[in-house]
Amino acid sequence: MNFETTVGLEVHIEMKTNSKAYSPAPVQYGAEQNTNTNVIDWGYPGVLPEVNKGALEFGMRAALALNCEITKDIHFDRKNYFYPDNPKAYQITQAQTPIGRNGWLEIELEDGTKKKIGIKEMHIEEDAGKNSHNPDGYSYVDLNRQGTPLIEIVAEPDLKSADEAHAYLTRLRQIIQFTGVSDVKMEEGSMRADVNVSVAPIGSDKKGVRTEMKNLNSFDHVRKGILYEAKRQEKLLLSGGEVEQETRRFDVPSGETILMRSKEEANDYRYFPEPDLPPIHIDDEWIKEVEASIPEMPDARRKRYTDNWGIPAYDAGVLTQTKEMSDFYDATVAAGADPKLAANWLMGEVNAYLNSKQVELQDTALTPEHLATMIQLIEDETISSKIAKKVFQEIIKNDTEPKAWVESKGMVQLSDPSQLQPIIDEVLDNNEQSIEDFKNGKDRAVGFLVGQIMQKTRGMANPKMVNKLLMASLNQR
Amino acid sequence: MAISANEVKHVAGLAKLAFSDEELEKFTGQMDEIIKMVQQLEEVDTTDVPVTMHVTDAVNRMREDVAQKGMDRDLLMKNVPESQDGYVKVPAILDGSEEE
Amino acid sequence: MDYFKNDIASLHDGLVKKEYSVEELTKSTFENIKKTDAKIEAFLTLNEQAALKQAQAIDDRGVDANNLLDGLAIGIKDNIVTKDLKTTAASKMLENFMPIYNATVMDKLNEAGMINVGKLNMDEFAMGGSTEHSAFKKTKNAWDQTKVPGGSSGGSAAAVASGQVIASLGSDTGGSIRQPAAFNGIVGVKPTYGRVSRYGLIAFASSLDQIGPLTRTVKDNALVLNAIAGQDSHDFTSSAQAVPDFTEGIADGVKGMKIAVPKEFMGEGVQPEVREAVKNAIATFEKLGATVDEVSLPHSKYGVPVYYIMASSEASSNLQRFDGIRYGFRAKDVKNLEDVYVRTRSEGFGDEVKRRIMLGTFSLSAGSYDAFFKKAAQVRTLICQDFANVFADYDLILGPTAPTVAFGIGEELNDPLTMYLNDILTIPVNLAGLPGMSLPAGFANGLPIGLQLIANAYDEKTMYKAGYAFEQATDFHKQTPKIGGQN
Repeated sequence: MNFETTVGLEVHIEMKTNSKAYSPAPVQYGAEQNTNTNVIDWGYPGVLPEVNKGALEFGMRAALALNCEITKDIHFDRKNYFYPDNPKAYQITQAQTPIGRNGWLEIELEDGTKKKIGIKEMHIEEDAGKNSHNPDGYSYVDLNRQGTPLIEIVAEPDLKSADEAHAYLTRLRQIIQFTGVSDVKMEEGSMRADVNVSVAPIGSDKKGVRTEMKNLNSFDHVRKGILYEAKRQEKLLLSGGEVEQETRRFDVPSGETILMRSKEEANDYRYFPEPDLPPIHIDDEWIKEVEASIPEMPDARRKRYTDNWGIPAYDAGVLTQTKEMSDFYDATVAAGADPKLAANWLMGEVNAYLNSKQVELQDTALTPEHLATMIQLIEDETISSKIAKKVFQEIIKNDTEPKAWVESKGMVQLSDPSQLQPIIDEVLDNNEQSIEDFKNGKDRAVGFLVGQIMQKTRGMANPKMVNKLLMASLNQR
Repeated sequence: MAISANEVKHVAGLAKLAFSDEELEKFTGQMDEIIKMVQQLEEVDTTDVPVTMHVTDAVNRMREDVAQKGMDRDLLMKNVPESQDGYVKVPAILDGSEEE
Repeated sequence: MDYFKNDIASLHDGLVKKEYSVEELTKSTFENIKKTDAKIEAFLTLNEQAALKQAQAIDDRGVDANNLLDGLAIGIKDNIVTKDLKTTAASKMLENFMPIYNATVMDKLNEAGMINVGKLNMDEFAMGGSTEHSAFKKTKNAWDQTKVPGGSSGGSAAAVASGQVIASLGSDTGGSIRQPAAFNGIVGVKPTYGRVSRYGLIAFASSLDQIGPLTRTVKDNALVLNAIAGQDSHDFTSSAQAVPDFTEGIADGVKGMKIAVPKEFMGEGVQPEVREAVKNAIATFEKLGATVDEVSLPHSKYGVPVYYIMASSEASSNLQRFDGIRYGFRAKDVKNLEDVYVRTRSEGFGDEVKRRIMLGTFSLSAGSYDAFFKKAAQVRTLICQDFANVFADYDLILGPTAPTVAFGIGEELNDPLTMYLNDILTIPVNLAGLPGMSLPAGFANGLPIGLQLIANAYDEKTMYKAGYAFEQATDFHKQTPKIGGQN
C-alpha cells in the first residue's frame, strides 16, 4: 500500500513593533530579565489591556501580503490556560474573527514546479513570557517576552510532503520578512511552527488521524519531524495498528518523535470574547492605507531586476532571497553603481565573504554608498579589478570611504600616457628581441612586454592603457 | 441531575480547584440547583439574535505603537512570594512538558 | 462636625470659613471611625498616617474655595487598588497585597483634594449581596446590627450610613452599590458602563463592573461622580462621551418628565412594604408634575440567569491570575507547580468565589458554551432591547432597588440561590450598561427601603434631577440610625 502524507502548519511569527500587543512596554530581544515589563504584562490586579494599533496594522500588512481577505469587524478573544509564563492565565487572541482569511502563497519546489498553498486564516495574538526549568526543581520566569505581538498563520492542508512544507516555510519567511513586519530570526525564536502530520492510502477519500508537533523553530527539524512521523504512521497502519490523535515532541538528537500528551488530556481553552477590549471596525480606507505602506514584495523586485536592469533570472532570485540583500542592492544602484556590476559584486565577493564568515550583511561595515563608489572607481579605471579586491576587503571590514582610501594608499591606477610612455619606451629599448618576435607574428611577446611594464609600475599601471600605448609604440618601431 | 459529581470534578480541574469529598457533595448540589435555574433560558427563542459582549459605546480604541520604558523591576517584584536574580521563582512542573 | 448634620457643601463652607482645619476634620473622622467601627466593622484598613499628612498639606496650601470636595474624607471599597495601601478585595488571596499603582479613580480623587481615610469591607472579590462573604469580618447594617448591610459594597454603604464618612466609593456588577445603599438608607449610584474608568478596579465581571459613589444625599453623590467620571487612556471600554456637571440643573424638578414603572419590578417576589413605598414614591412624582405609566420589560425576568452565567464566566477568567506566583497568597509547603495552583486557589478563595468560578468555568467549557455562555449573551441582547424600547418613550424607569429590606446576618448564607434572586431588580441595569440609583424611600420594621431610578445611557443628569426632586419632597434621607454621627 502506498500512502500520501498531509501536513498542516500553524506558524507563529513575532512582530517587530516598538511596544507590546496590549501594553506599552518595549519589545526588545535580549534585555535583562523582567526589565521590559509593566503591571499589565504582569497581570497585576486591576490592569486592563491597551491594544496596539501598530500590531494591528502589521497584522493587516502580513495578511494583505499573503493575499488574505481582511475581516472588517474584529474583536479579541481570551484563550484560558494556566502556566507560569502566562500571567493573566489567558492569552488575548482572535479565535472568532481572525484578521485575515482565505489567502495563499506560491511555493517553488526544487524541480522548478510551482504550487499554490492556501492560507486558511491569520490572526493576531500575544506571546508568553519565558519559563526556564532548572535542575534545582524550580522554574524561573522572565516576562520580557510576555505580550510581544504574534501573528499565527494557519495553512490549508494542501502540503503533501516534507519538502513542500519546507518550501512553504521558506517562502512564508521570505514574504513576511519583505513586509517589514518581522525579522523572522529563527535563532531568536521569532518564527515557530506547530506541525500536523497524517497519512492516508493514496486514493482513499478518508483522512488520516493526525498527530501534532509543537513549537519547532528550525526548518530542518520540521522536515525531519514530518519524514519520521509519516514513516512511523505508515508502519503503524501497515502492521494493523491505528494512529492516535496526540501531541508528540521532535527529539533533536535521535531525530525521532516522542509522545507528549494524548487527546484525552487535551486542554479545554474556554475561549470567549475579551470584554476589556471593545470591537474594532476596519474600513476600506484604512486597508488602502496599510496596503500602500507594504514594501515591494520579492516577486515584483525580481521582475524589476530582470526587466529593467537586464539581470539574469537566477541572479535576480538570489538577490531577492532576503529583504536585506534586496534593499542593499537597490540602494547600491541608487547610489550610482551599474546594476549589473553591483549584482556581480553582491552575488560574488559579498556573498562569498558572508558565507566564509557566517555573518549577515547588516553585521558587516559595508554600505551601499561605499560599494557603489568602489564600483565607479573600477568603471572609470581609477583602480584595477585586482586592486578592487583589496579595497573590498577594507570597506567590508571598516567603515572606510573607498576613494579617499585608494588615494591615500597610492592604489590609483597609472593611466596617464605621459607617465606611462617613458616606461614603455624604456622596456621596449631593453627588449629588442621581443619587438622582433612581435613583428614575426609571435603574440606571446606582447604578454611578456606587458609583464615587464607592470613590474616596472609595481602593478599600478592601467592594463588597458598599457595595451593601447604598447601596441601603438610597437607598430611605430 | 443537571450536573454530576464527576463533571464538577472535571470543571474543578480546569479551574485549578480541589474539593474534599464532603465539599464536592455540597458543591455538586449547589451547582445543580444553579444550573437548573439558569437553564430556564432555554425557553427564550434566540434564533438570529446576536450576542452582546460589550455595552460600551467605545469602538476602535487603539494605542499608538510607542514604547514606554519598563517599570522598575524591584517594584514589580514587591509582591512576589519567591524570586531570585530578577526572576520569578516557582516550583517546576512535574512532567517537564511545555505549553505553547 | 457631625456628618449626619452636614453635607459636602456645608463641610466645605466650614473649611473655607476656617471654622475647622482639614487636619481637624480628618482627625475627628478617624476618632469617630474608631469609636463606631467596633460595632459596624466597615473598615478593613485605615489610612491614618497618609491621610493626616495629606490633610496638613491641604491646610498648608489652603483649601480651594471653588472646589467643594477639597479636603474632605472618603472611604474606598477594598477592590479599588490604592498605591502603597493594602488592597485585599476582602480575600485571603490578597491578604497582604500591596498595590504598586493607583486606580484611575484614586488619582482623580487626589486631584480633587479628597482624602482616602481607608479601605472598606465587601464580599470577597465583590461576589455576594451581604458582605458576609468577606474573608475578614462581617460588616453590620447601620440601622440594625443584627442585619446585613447588603453587598457587595456593604462596608461602603454602612460607613456612609453610620456617619463615618461623608462619601465612599463602591463597585456595582449586579447591584453591589444600589442594594447596600437601599439596605442602609443612603444614595448609591452605578453610573453608565464606560462613564468611570475601571483601571485599578480588581475585575469581577469586566463587561458589567462599574465604580460609583455612595453618599447621604443626591447632590453629594453627583459631586463625587463629577470628580471620578471621564474617559481614561488605560480603560479602552471607557466612553468618550463628554462629562457634564451632574449637579447642573439638579433642582429643575420633574415637571413633564415621563417615568415608566415596569410591571415585572412590582411582582409578587417584592415585599408588600417595599411595594407600598414605591407606590408612594410614584404618587410623589405625580404630585411633582411627572407622568408615570406602567410598562413591560418582558425579558428582565431572565436577568438573573443571564447575569450568573456571564458574570461568572468572566470572573472565572479574571480570577485565574490569582495563582500564587507573582503576588498574593501562596499555599505553604507546595511541592510542584500543580500544587502551587490548586492548593493556593483552593485555600485562598472562599466558597462563594469558588461557586462562581465553577459556574463560569462550566459555562465556558467545551460542550457547554453554546447552551450557556452564548445563550446568555443572546438573551442579554433582548434585555438591552427591552430597555431601548422603553427609553424611546420615557425619560426614566422607576422601581424598587431590592425586593426586601435587609435580612438577618447568617439567614441566607447557605442558600446561594435565594441570595442570587435578591439581585433580580438591579441586574438588568448592569446587563444593559445603564445608570441606576438607589435612594431612601421609606422604612419597614425600622429598616430602610430603597427606590431605584434607571436612566438611559449617559443620562445620569435626568436621574439625579429626579432623585433630587424626590429627596426634597420627602424626609427619609433626614432620618438617621441610632449609631454613629459625631457629637
